[in-house]
Amino acid sequence: MLDDGDRIFTNLYGFDDWGLEGARRRGDWDQTAWFIRQGRAWICDQIKASGLRGRGGAGFPTGLKWSFMPPDDKRDGRPHYLVVNADESEPGTCKDRDIMRHDPHKLIEGCLIAGFAMGANTAYIYVRGEFYREAERLNAAIDQAYAADLIGRNASDTGWDFDIHVHRGAGAYICGEETALLESLEGKKGQPRLKPPFPANAGLYGCPTTVNNVESIAVTPTILRRGPSWFAGIGRDERNTGTKLFCISGHVNKPCNVEEEMGIPFRELIEKHAGGVRGGWDNLLAVIPGGSSVPCLPSDVCDDLPMDFDTLSSHKSGLGTAAVIVMDKSTDIVNAICRLSKFYMHESCGQCTPCREGTGWMWRVMTRLVRGDAEIDEIDMLEEVSCQVEGHTICALGDAAAWPIQGLLRHFRPELERRILEQKKVA
Amino acid sequence: MSEAKITVDGEEYQVDGRLTLFQALQYIGKEIPHFCFHDRLSIAGNCRMCLVEVEKAPKPVASCAQPIMPGMVVFTDSEKTRKARKGVMEFLLINHPLDCPICDQGGECDLQDQAMAYGHDRTRFEENKRAVPDKEMGPLVKTIMTRCIHCTRCVRFAEEVAGVEEIGALHRGEDMEITTYLEKSLTSEMSGNVIDLCPVGALTSKPYAFTARSWELQRTESIDVLDAVGSNIRVDSRGAEVMRVLPRLNDDINEEWISDKTRFACDGLRRQRLDRPYVRRDGKLEPASWDEAFQAIANKFRETGGSSAAAIAGDQADAEAMMALKDLMRAYGSPHTDCRQDSAGVDPAVRASYLFNSTIAGIDAADALLIVGANPRTEATVVNARIRRRWRIGGFRIGVIGEAADLTYRYDLLGACGDTLRDLVSGRHRFANVLKDAVRPMIIVGPGLLAREDGRSILGLARSAAETFGVVSDDWNGFNVLHTAASRVGGLDLGFVPGPGGRETVDILGGAQNGDLGLIWLLGADEIDMDRLGEAFVVYQGHHGDAGANRADVILPGAAYTEKSGTYVNIEGRPQQTTLCTFPPGDAREDWTIIRAFSEIAGHKLPYDSLTHLRERLIEANPVFGHLDEIRPAPWQIFGDDGTMHDAPFSSSITNFYMTDPISRCSETMLQCTKMRQALTDGTRTGMSG
Amino acid sequence: MSRPPAIAVDQPASFMFSSAYEPAVEKVIAKYPNGRQVSAVLPLLDLAQRQHGGWVPQAAMEHIACRLGMAKIRVMEIATFYTMINLAPVGKYHLQVCGTTPCMLRGADEIFRAIRDEIGIGHGETSDDGQFTCTEVECLGACVNAPMAQVNDDFVEDLSYENFVGFLRTLRNGGDMPVGSMIGRRSSEPEGRAQNLGAVPTPTCFDPAKIYGVDAIGDNTTPEIQSAPTSLAKEGGA
Repeated sequence: MLDDGDRIFTNLYGFDDWGLEGARRRGDWDQTAWFIRQGRAWICDQIKASGLRGRGGAGFPTGLKWSFMPPDDKRDGRPHYLVVNADESEPGTCKDRDIMRHDPHKLIEGCLIAGFAMGANTAYIYVRGEFYREAERLNAAIDQAYAADLIGRNASDTGWDFDIHVHRGAGAYICGEETALLESLEGKKGQPRLKPPFPANAGLYGCPTTVNNVESIAVTPTILRRGPSWFAGIGRDERNTGTKLFCISGHVNKPCNVEEEMGIPFRELIEKHAGGVRGGWDNLLAVIPGGSSVPCLPSDVCDDLPMDFDTLSSHKSGLGTAAVIVMDKSTDIVNAICRLSKFYMHESCGQCTPCREGTGWMWRVMTRLVRGDAEIDEIDMLEEVSCQVEGHTICALGDAAAWPIQGLLRHFRPELERRILEQKKVA
Repeated sequence: MSEAKITVDGEEYQVDGRLTLFQALQYIGKEIPHFCFHDRLSIAGNCRMCLVEVEKAPKPVASCAQPIMPGMVVFTDSEKTRKARKGVMEFLLINHPLDCPICDQGGECDLQDQAMAYGHDRTRFEENKRAVPDKEMGPLVKTIMTRCIHCTRCVRFAEEVAGVEEIGALHRGEDMEITTYLEKSLTSEMSGNVIDLCPVGALTSKPYAFTARSWELQRTESIDVLDAVGSNIRVDSRGAEVMRVLPRLNDDINEEWISDKTRFACDGLRRQRLDRPYVRRDGKLEPASWDEAFQAIANKFRETGGSSAAAIAGDQADAEAMMALKDLMRAYGSPHTDCRQDSAGVDPAVRASYLFNSTIAGIDAADALLIVGANPRTEATVVNARIRRRWRIGGFRIGVIGEAADLTYRYDLLGACGDTLRDLVSGRHRFANVLKDAVRPMIIVGPGLLAREDGRSILGLARSAAETFGVVSDDWNGFNVLHTAASRVGGLDLGFVPGPGGRETVDILGGAQNGDLGLIWLLGADEIDMDRLGEAFVVYQGHHGDAGANRADVILPGAAYTEKSGTYVNIEGRPQQTTLCTFPPGDAREDWTIIRAFSEIAGHKLPYDSLTHLRERLIEANPVFGHLDEIRPAPWQIFGDDGTMHDAPFSSSITNFYMTDPISRCSETMLQCTKMRQALTDGTRTGMSG
Repeated sequence: MSRPPAIAVDQPASFMFSSAYEPAVEKVIAKYPNGRQVSAVLPLLDLAQRQHGGWVPQAAMEHIACRLGMAKIRVMEIATFYTMINLAPVGKYHLQVCGTTPCMLRGADEIFRAIRDEIGIGHGETSDDGQFTCTEVECLGACVNAPMAQVNDDFVEDLSYENFVGFLRTLRNGGDMPVGSMIGRRSSEPEGRAQNLGAVPTPTCFDPAKIYGVDAIGDNTTPEIQSAPTSLAKEGGA
């Protein structure tokens, strides 16, 4: 279990002051200029050394991503942009919301440092439209930071000009995909772009851009302040380092968000913080360990399962956003996954064929499978259809729609067959 | 050129490294199925049909959007590639209706063809198919939106090529629907191209709906004459009827677009046709035999004398007919011939004064443009699309002297009158610097200006502008005159203009009005003021019962452009030939044969017995006719006047794009478009993108 | 089957931002670089919706299109793409109940039942008195406080059939709208916890020497920091 002294988000639940005064008390904005003075490359190097991997789901090394931005001697006159992905919409995930409403200055300070590290004078924070109060709070904190000269012209007395703007979305999960987010920010429909070109070459307004998750940016000031080796020393191994915000929802006694060590065993995570599985450990049926997009895992692998990127992908699942959705034995697992299929159908942007057509098809078959109103060979067909979607789309939403179904078929096929046979008996 | 080596299906190829993978595969002869990709539109990458397996790539890649990487190893027919295609094909079909037997796209449908080649032979889709309400898109485009596969070609065409951002995809996911804003008609003059672009039967031709199946049509390649661009077309006919007109690829002229008039006016070929000779007796036109008609004309010639006869050629006259008529008139001793109904003040002696010298493709190379009194959007629609494309690339400032029309691109409105042009030439206007700084500046002078009384002065000033701003140099001539009459350049080239002592159109009319001229031969000329023909005896030779036929004393029924092999020289000076697609109706004949037959009766037998002979005569008159489909650059010489100009504002020659000639005026479809546009222009400005 | 959102039949003839909204409109537009004002389209649709009582009429779309120099069809595409833009009137209280799996697992159905029992409406319906509209929405990002709903701009969390019936009655009786957790949680902490994890530590003053070594202090030279140009080169043609 993470030592209290190693927590980054010390006001996660908002018992303390969210504002500048409280933030300063918690160590934020302390000698920010010193980091800036060490230069762009130095900051990127520290973040690389910390082993920080992106907290938005894909787990791409953050420092490496920043270093893709053109260095100062290769600038071509185009502005650089930092875009913060606060379009937190992955079912099960609600951590960025807490950062924005309870510890917004960590994000703002992180924006300045990260923005400088990538040569950006402007950051846009794209907040999902439904987080109206969170955007309000974030704006208030940004106003405080401007008033205290922490950002703006000559931000924090660094000589670097830095502006932060909050841009609210309006209800589209797909805008969490980084290029769809950029499209949306440019005033278009949130439809993902073809890659290449990648945002570091041509992102917002065709300019070099890096899109980072809220948590990735918010942890950087603390990483720098406490040193990359401190961060790298936490976690299961050198590829899975640091602390991580977990969102524990579903059938636990006390659902909650919590900051924990990367790689904490699943059972420890939910028993220490979330009051354990409803009805006891043995009542666990399955868990979705990383937000709705990753395949579920059955209870038998869960006990000492380290919650980190590499372990979970070795189990054909993923850490994703570390949104742990717990399902006890009362769960209609087919219906639970079916509801996710509906989600993906609803959120498909409609741009490319496999996702537009496939998500609806899969959901319709799933609704029949919930009732058992299907043929056995339709289970195989569903799997084939999911594979026809997976890997054939412009963005990862197609994969995300396929994986929950594939997880269900992998681990709960007997349940599906049982329902079909039962339905046939009734009929 | 950066070459790159790629391996495709086990064989190595050298390809241009700037291509996309799809283009490279096409180049080396691999067929890659696709729907959303189109050469002339931006890359969408949304249909996913062109997925191919690439070694080391974790997933199949959409080849249309994939840049060439040196050393790439690609498999266009591997298990993985085939599976990906099959999967995409299945998705495209699950919600596509099985209504091919009643679909106008049937037989020429990309989806049908590719489903045969790449799809499953049966469906696994047990759910209900999606039904999508049809959308209203005006009198030209019929929609059956359930068939739509959301490739967005139409959306991209409207925005990128046509320059009217009016089509979009509303909603999202499987609810996505293509529509126009509030289901209003498209306000583009080239909207019909979305029909060709639509790979399925979602957007089809409304006028053609349910009239024919593609396989029962006879396809004939020809040339359009409803404007002076010379768009290459394919005429699809069944029996004696032209069923539809489609564009034919010609990268130098119309690429693969045609205007809506070119495409849809063909129903006008069926109405108000002159299908037999008429002679006016006791004030009434009565059917007559060819012989009676010829005798009546010959008598009149004898009565008035050849030198008081005159001929005016209309906008759709072919060069052969004009040549024959000119020779006839000269044989009668009449110098009074003119192919400029509008009295355009071009200089027939200086070819560069009446050509679109830069060529249409030359627009791509230009870097600044001055439009003087032209509206290319209505006067030469596909040329305008080319200007727009050049503008979209950037580095192409456009200035306009004339009306503040929506040309689908942004421009600086420099002024409305001649004094602005004068200011520009004298360097007082700030836009002068734009032209001066350009390497390949271009000037387009509109037909409306040349037709003014002061047309020669304007032309002269435009020439000064060209010379002042380096519009003409050793390797560049950006001085362009726009015409709307398909016959114009050919007529000027062969000399269907006043001979020594001859009258121009305006003087012919004057002569007819005051009785100096006794016989006027109108070769398809309908745009002149018939009231000014006075008491003159009027021969109307043409194909439609329009203004000229109404005024005529003798009607000689000719052939429309789809009914004869005729030579037309387009604005660039490029001679092209139409093809006989259907026979002229009734007793109507190809025009040159009528004149030839009359000449014999009249005792002035023309010396050509066949089209081949006549064409030799044309080449004799002007060697350009010997070089079909080619452009001969015209030498730069002095032309135009330096006279005074009126202060009347410069304006376009066209008020209603849809009805400009005898054929389009007879077209029911064009009438509907006219009404539609009338309704739309009441208050609303058309979409302008930027 | 999900259907495209209905577009209101009765449309006002015109729309203009009011003087109360105009400053916010100007402020939003100023956020984006010169020539990139189209970026403001979503925020402006949101402002229009607020001004117009919860939905965006066509006249507002046209006004925004004109203001930002966009084609009308593009604004309509956007308005129909994003679910928060309502194209037809909604009730005074827009009950947007999350129905996605994390909320479903914790009883989202009960919340719909509460609305059905108390107000008599289901998904997509508005009560006759125009007070309530019920919409099933997808994950709203408050999953550890499931089940939950968004009512206008606020989240109400940790719902149950009983407490939501009480909530609806409060609204119906004209009471102030309660927001946040309905069971007394501060936010996302496990139920019953009374303070932050790790509480608030005493501020640890950042000491570069300690973290980055003695050399680090010496290396206090300021690298040349230059702000990049923020104006955008205008794109060709535009």
